[in-house]
Amino acid sequence: MPNEELNAISIVFLVVQSRATSSSSSRVTAQLELKAPPYPLDALEPYMSQKTLEFHWGKHHRGYVDNLNKQIAGTDLDGLTLEEIVVKSYNNGSPLPLSTMPPRHGAPIWNHDFLWTSIKPGGGGKPSGLLLELIERDFGSVDALLSEFKQAALTQFGSGWAWLGYRAGKLVVEKTANAVNPLVSDYTPLLVVDVWEHAYYLDYQNRRPDFVSTFIEKLISWDAVSARLDEAIAASKSA
Amino acid sequence: MAFYAAALASTSLTTVPLRGTAAIAIATNIQDSRQLVGRCRTRITAQLELKAPPYSLDALEPYMSRETLEYHWGKHHRGYVDNLNKQISGTDLDGLALEEIVVRSYNGGNPLPTFNNAAQIWNHDFFWSSMKPGGGGQPRGVLLELIERDFGSLEGLLNEFKQAALTQFGSGWAWLGYKANRLDVGNGVNPRPSEKDNKLVVQKSPNAVNPLVWDYHPLLVVDVWEHAYYVDYQNRRPEFVSTFIEKLISWDAVSARLEEAIAQAAARAEEDERRREEEDGVMDDGDAIEMYLDTENESEAE
Repeated sequence: MPNEELNAISIVFLVVQSRATSSSSSRVTAQLELKAPPYPLDALEPYMSQKTLEFHWGKHHRGYVDNLNKQIAGTDLDGLTLEEIVVKSYNNGSPLPLSTMPPRHGAPIWNHDFLWTSIKPGGGGKPSGLLLELIERDFGSVDALLSEFKQAALTQFGSGWAWLGYRAGKLVVEKTANAVNPLVSDYTPLLVVDVWEHAYYLDYQNRRPDFVSTFIEKLISWDAVSARLDEAIAASKSA
Repeated sequence: MAFYAAALASTSLTTVPLRGTAAIAIATNIQDSRQLVGRCRTRITAQLELKAPPYSLDALEPYMSRETLEYHWGKHHRGYVDNLNKQISGTDLDGLALEEIVVRSYNGGNPLPTFNNAAQIWNHDFFWSSMKPGGGGQPRGVLLELIERDFGSLEGLLNEFKQAALTQFGSGWAWLGYKANRLDVGNGVNPRPSEKDNKLVVQKSPNAVNPLVWDYHPLLVVDVWEHAYYVDYQNRRPEFVSTFIEKLISWDAVSARLEEAIAQAAARAEEDERRREEEDGVMDDGDAIEMYLDTENESEAE
């Protein structure tokens, strides 16, 4: 075969080969990140200890992120935003089977991100402004809201979460089991407390009521709740 | 009268040292004085007891600390007992045996408010006696035979058991059970006996659910609610479950329960067979023919 032809064939061959290589090895995968709480791990002492944050954020939350990244790599969930993954993997109550891992692992990550930003050092106190108005309109008083919120947290048997949410123009209290969260439901979350035992066992052991009271009195970031309410209202107007 | 005797026998009242005929004698007195009692509106209620583990609270160290037992048994388990007693006082569940309260409260899958407390009491009783100091090691005898028959090997069983424990998301339990040939429909006999009957099975259950509600015989359980291991292992559930398997399981207890389960299953099978024979109308030929004739005559008359 003449040299020119051989060269031409080799060039074509090389081009074809490099195309194949780039399409199989340089796929852009979006790895989900473990977001840090917006305060150092000891900032919530003495109400939530550094030790708790080290395990709760550093092991449990981190574990969910690492596991989910492994599970979705190369699947159709890869590259989606966390919220999209949560909704897709929930699948109307029948979570997509994803090997032997916990079924709703998009949601635990989302829930924990939301938890850390629901609280702050020097939290507690009172809500104000529009949030306060709506609380008084929909619950009668702040005390009544907090009472209902606490009840939800204490009657969520087993593992789960209690939420303050915004549904069709109204504030509501809800509770969910395990990793279920409002993204798959009909309300916008404004505030959450984690009542899985790992959230409070190191500091409060079996005393979930004490933990929830302290959460309410010393940890809630009403600023965050207000900001989320504003967003929810704006979103419902533009919808 | 029988009610009170049964109540005394089945709920281990600590304050009543009487048994048998003495209990009946007392019950008679109670019966007589019920008139007075009724008028005074005081009811004798049978309070469920918090049973202690069959070993001291530090006996499972270092695998399960005394601190864990103090919280797990002393607070969580105790709390369920106290709460259930409050819930059932004066109701028709009052005075029943715990297992009966569990099954009735399960209400065919639509649990009543008493279910969580009742089942959790039962589950924890069963958990403490699934373990022992110096536990672990190997099962033997019939238990080992069935394990090898139904799981291939001990390792096969323990792997499946551990997997169940680790994939029970949230709070719950992992069980080894004996599945006999029954349906969960009261006295119903399983019309479709399958290969899976009369076998050892591994199950996991959420929150307070337990195999009694499926009419299986539980043989072994591990608690994987986080309170069971958080003080000693924090998030490391796999390590906790491995340690439970290697150092805590009481295979003696499992064997004893298996014997009981097999015996019960055999007794029920006999009973079912007897009932089936009755229903088939095994009578002498004369009677059988007469029945048919009567029916035909009636229809012809019309």
